[in-house]
Amino acid sequence: MPKRPQPKFPEPMTQPFWDAAKEGKLTYQTCDDCKEVVFTPRKHCTACGSISLTWQESKGEGTVYTYSVVRQNRMPAFVELGAYSVAYVDLDEGFRIFTGVVGVENPVEDIKIGMRVKVEFEKQDEGEYPIPVFRPI
Amino acid sequence: MNTDRKAAVAGIHEYPLRVAPGVSAMEIKAESVRRALEDAGLEWSDVDGLYDANDGEGGGGLGLAAYLGIKPTVMNTTQVGGSSYEFHAAHALRDIAAGKCNVAISSYGSVAASQRVAIGTGGRGGGGSWQQNMEVPYGSTLISNYAMVAHRHMHDYGTTSEQLAGISVSTRRHAMRNPDAVKAMTDLQFVGVNEISVEDVLDSRIVADPLHLLECCMISDGGGAMVIVSPEVARDIKKKPVWIIGSGEATKSRENGGDITTSAAAQSGPIAFGEAGVSPDEIDIAMIYDSFTITVAVMLEDLGFCPKGQAGELVAGGRLAFDNADAPFALNTDGGGLSSNHPGMRGLFLMLESVRQLRGESTSQREGAKLAVAHGNGGLLGGTHTGGTVILAAD
Repeated sequence: MPKRPQPKFPEPMTQPFWDAAKEGKLTYQTCDDCKEVVFTPRKHCTACGSISLTWQESKGEGTVYTYSVVRQNRMPAFVELGAYSVAYVDLDEGFRIFTGVVGVENPVEDIKIGMRVKVEFEKQDEGEYPIPVFRPI
Repeated sequence: MNTDRKAAVAGIHEYPLRVAPGVSAMEIKAESVRRALEDAGLEWSDVDGLYDANDGEGGGGLGLAAYLGIKPTVMNTTQVGGSSYEFHAAHALRDIAAGKCNVAISSYGSVAASQRVAIGTGGRGGGGSWQQNMEVPYGSTLISNYAMVAHRHMHDYGTTSEQLAGISVSTRRHAMRNPDAVKAMTDLQFVGVNEISVEDVLDSRIVADPLHLLECCMISDGGGAMVIVSPEVARDIKKKPVWIIGSGEATKSRENGGDITTSAAAQSGPIAFGEAGVSPDEIDIAMIYDSFTITVAVMLEDLGFCPKGQAGELVAGGRLAFDNADAPFALNTDGGGLSSNHPGMRGLFLMLESVRQLRGESTSQREGAKLAVAHGNGGLLGGTHTGGTVILAAD
């Protein structure tokens, strides 16, 4: 895997998510007032507007909601990679993450909607944020 | 049917070139405004409403009026990507009905092809915003976002690539009848400037599974303009007015547990049809944003042309052609983004071809066309996007 683009900071909404990723934790938020699951990260509840949110740690297991295998991407980091997947994964805690599915021999044939997957943190260069991706269970 | 006559499209112009090296976007906009006013029989100085999507070099609310040299009394810079022009039509109608202006212009110019902008495959670059920081590491492209919608649609409803290819087939057939589209495909060096079959589509390479090359729109230069006027002004224009009788707006974003196969059109469509007082089965012309085949399929369903999940059957084999009397309506009769032009925000062209059809001026004229729907999509179908629906009627 070539070097993936990194998230850029300062960016206050997503900083805690990526800090947790450095510790190998996949995190999401819940609303203290209405219990809504909030993802992607932000500073308020999308259901009720409350600013009282709590970070939670996910068990990291979920289901592939949908995916595509990218055959052409002109970004330098991906241009020489060959076919790779992008996917939406529904975590068991009720949030949907945009990610990639790894650990399959042939992404075109081997990835299926409804497939059970588990998070893993793909190491990047020293000091960089590891990237949460998903592997079939 | 809604018989209120509040505003009409009085003049249109579509910039003919799809490859225009050495031309600026602002130049395309101004030239298109001039020609659209000429089409209506109106003067430069008649313009008192400016609607713009902030395109062009230094355009928008702070630049376009200055560049054109006009002093409008209404300025509206709604920028919702490819659906901007459906929103502009809706907003112009409201402002005209409220007496704030009488002659509104909305224009578009882009030189995406000449600048080699990789719209669909350039990756979602950047990073640094709350949205981008969650997506840039994964190498998402615009096409793969739409492709994810297609995969889920296939999973949920059994839709096939073979069915979706029907959209490409009828659209190319229309394009081959449109000299500007033929020149576009020639200038952009399409492999095979000819009608295509379902097999041709399925044999083209996959860009992002399950979408084939011939299911993806082109990247071109281009632009155009429309002039929207009050009923009083419409009485004296050169061509017959095309009335805006209904509109709807919506936005939808990725939701936890949400259905990716349902678009913003499911909200904007019923609002527009309700206001127009017509139902989808009365529509003669559907101009639907064809960034990709799946975009059209999802939106036809959401607008109510068929039950959810059945667009595959509706479009199969290219049956929504202008001259197929058995088809309930004709689809994308100008050749679409797939085969005529796509400089980045196609919403304007949906309006322009609807007007041509209702005037009887299309190169693939649907006999007796009286009612058209234009539905624009902005943003990413499988992520945050907008939908703008406009219903147009001829007298």
